[in-house]
Amino acid sequence: MKRIITLTVLNRPGVLNRITNLFSKRNYNIESISVGETEQEGVSRITCVVNVDNDRIIEQITKQLNKQIDVLKVADISDQAVVARELALIKVQSTPQNRNEIYSLIEPFRASVIDVGKDSLIIQITGESEKIEAFIELIKPYGIKELARTGTTAFPRSSQRSTQKTNYSIV
Amino acid sequence: MLQETAFTNVEAEKKTVTGADLLIEALKKEKVEVIFGYPGGAVLPIYDKIYDCGILHVLPRHEQGGIHAAEGYARISGNAGVVIATSGPGATNVVTGLADAMMDSLPLVVFTGQVATGVIGTDAFQEADILGITTPITKHNCQVRNIEDIPRIIKEAFHIATTGRPGPVLIDFPKDIAAGLVEQPAEAEIDLPGYQPTIEPNYLQIRKLTEAVSGAKKPVILAGAGILFSKGSELLLEYAEQQNIPVVHTLLGLGGFPADHPLFMGLGGMHGCYTANMALSECDLLVNIGARFDDRLTGNLKHFAPKATVAHIDIDPAEIGKNVPTAIPVVGDAKVALSMLVKQNGKPPENSEWIQTLNEWKKENPYWYEDSNSPLKPQRVTEMLYEKTNGEGIVVTDVGQHQMWAAQYYPFKNPDRFVTSGGLGTMGFGLPAAIGAQIADPSATVVAILGDAGFQMSTQELAVIRELNLPIKIAIFNNRSLGMVRQWQQIFYEERYSHSLIPSQPSFVKLADAYGIKAYEITSESEAEKVLAEVMNDNEPVLLDFRVAENENVYPMIAPGKGLHEMVGVKK
Ligand SMILES: Cc1ncc(C[n+]2csc(CCOP(=O)(O)OP(=O)(O)O)c2C)c(N)n1
Repeated sequence: MKRIITLTVLNRPGVLNRITNLFSKRNYNIESISVGETEQEGVSRITCVVNVDNDRIIEQITKQLNKQIDVLKVADISDQAVVARELALIKVQSTPQNRNEIYSLIEPFRASVIDVGKDSLIIQITGESEKIEAFIELIKPYGIKELARTGTTAFPRSSQRSTQKTNYSIV
Repeated sequence: MLQETAFTNVEAEKKTVTGADLLIEALKKEKVEVIFGYPGGAVLPIYDKIYDCGILHVLPRHEQGGIHAAEGYARISGNAGVVIATSGPGATNVVTGLADAMMDSLPLVVFTGQVATGVIGTDAFQEADILGITTPITKHNCQVRNIEDIPRIIKEAFHIATTGRPGPVLIDFPKDIAAGLVEQPAEAEIDLPGYQPTIEPNYLQIRKLTEAVSGAKKPVILAGAGILFSKGSELLLEYAEQQNIPVVHTLLGLGGFPADHPLFMGLGGMHGCYTANMALSECDLLVNIGARFDDRLTGNLKHFAPKATVAHIDIDPAEIGKNVPTAIPVVGDAKVALSMLVKQNGKPPENSEWIQTLNEWKKENPYWYEDSNSPLKPQRVTEMLYEKTNGEGIVVTDVGQHQMWAAQYYPFKNPDRFVTSGGLGTMGFGLPAAIGAQIADPSATVVAILGDAGFQMSTQELAVIRELNLPIKIAIFNNRSLGMVRQWQQIFYEERYSHSLIPSQPSFVKLADAYGIKAYEITSESEAEKVLAEVMNDNEPVLLDFRVAENENVYPMIAPGKGLHEMVGVKK
């Protein structure tokens, strides 16, 4: 099962190395990791998406991460109502003939075209991983030349429904 | 002109210091008594300050020996062991010791030299990415980037190494940082917002544990090294007696509970005794205090404590539930938890039948071996060492059969008397660790029990023993083989002794002689009696080459993949 773990860490040299190292040392399967600064100077936020077999492993992961000296806080937010977003850039083959067709796919996904070339388009899309996944599937037949994804970054929502187990945010 | 003079005077008042000065100053603030270090290019600015710093500096003959000595020192003194190594090969030579200390939770502060900041990353002469190499085997590591940070970084390193679950901390010191000048920085403050070990356990969990104990019929305490690190031995005794609960030790916990106490059931695990392993297998409540359910202790987890409710007291929350599902987790310091438990003064369990069963097992299944005057039996030698030290010596071992015999036949009465490499099982550990142990406790009788192969992994440290005249009794159990490997090949590989027999060995007596250390070759029990009577109270180092039976095996034994109840060799 997929779990989302968020960490706040002191932005000191080596901290990212310590965290990725821990994943490989303990043989945990990491799907994506995204890192960036926060509103607080010197503090970064890391969002990891991991694939685990059971709850015991996720408990171990969070405990081991918590042990790192430069880690301030670890939370497994998978069971909370979250806003999770990922960004993807997709360079897709396109001819003047099928351009409109592609635009018609882009619209319902609220993706946008950020560069137009002679025989290709670059599309930017944000959203939950599943949405991006679905969009990629749709666009694949046109011929994807290049693809870059950021990995998920996520927040718990401001108000939590008490009984909610799995949550999908509105696009 | 006048103005200029005034200006110069003010300048002179501001004291300028080098990074190396700040390092020495910080070590003195931490009351460091001894440094185990080896110089080289990148640490020359530091060594220039060590020259007349007044702190004892021990020069091992190999950096690995230095860090093992620091581990032995840390284990006995409770203080952080301090190590200095140069960059590149000096730094990589301490890697095994770091991994060892990480596994066995020993507090170390290790300084490695590094090439100057300007050339880091260029594959400069003697550059190694020691932070990258040691990240998974240190509790924490960092590189000094600003000279002003040195006091804070060192203060934090000692704090991290010695508090919570202890462990090794490495500080990488670029050469220009050590040599560079700054104005004397202000007093350092620890700034570790992400590091706050839980010391006091949750009261509700203590209540829950107390109730579980009261309701148990077959409770057992499994006590690990956490008892020793927390200095909780007396409280363990008080609690076990108050509640009448039998105690089993892990290898690294030995000495935490007096071995001659009626409630002591012995060592558990792969070469533990029958009673301890059966107690773990049959109990209905298992109270783990400061042990980490290592696989050498649990055997096959499928069969481990199958009938028990498990409670686990540990300062490291990540150990709780890691290997064994735990019903009552108690995060906190073992000593604090025990004092809370004692204060609860719960109703003791009704376990007289259980105690009776255990006592019968104990009577019927002691450790056994067949004694003979010659060939000399290693078990007998261990017993003699026990007798000659009144059971109060510090025993340091290497790794292998002799280590297990030491654990079995030297029943420790007191805490912090056993130094052994448990989690990593590092051959070559014993001799240098004995040096550190003797420095930590100069008046103790230190016995280093070593295998002939492990001894040869750090023989060079004999030079240090001679140089400092450390009265260590080096007892080599010489079976002319990699005994433990030979035993496994005999049992599991149809006696195909692939590279485990050592037909050609140097004369250890002559070797010791070359180092100026008195030595004896001993081939029989009567000879052993005579020599031990002569040398054990000497204030001199001595090497005893015990020619022991070459085919002796360690029993009982649990084969890999088997459960604790599936011991073989329990009886003759
Ligand atoms: C550095 C290292 N290499 C290899 C091993 C594997 N090993 C474990 S015990 C052992 C044999 C040790 O032989 P010896 O030191 O003579 O002790 P004995 O078992 O004979 O008492 C070996 C090779 C190890 N533990 N450490």
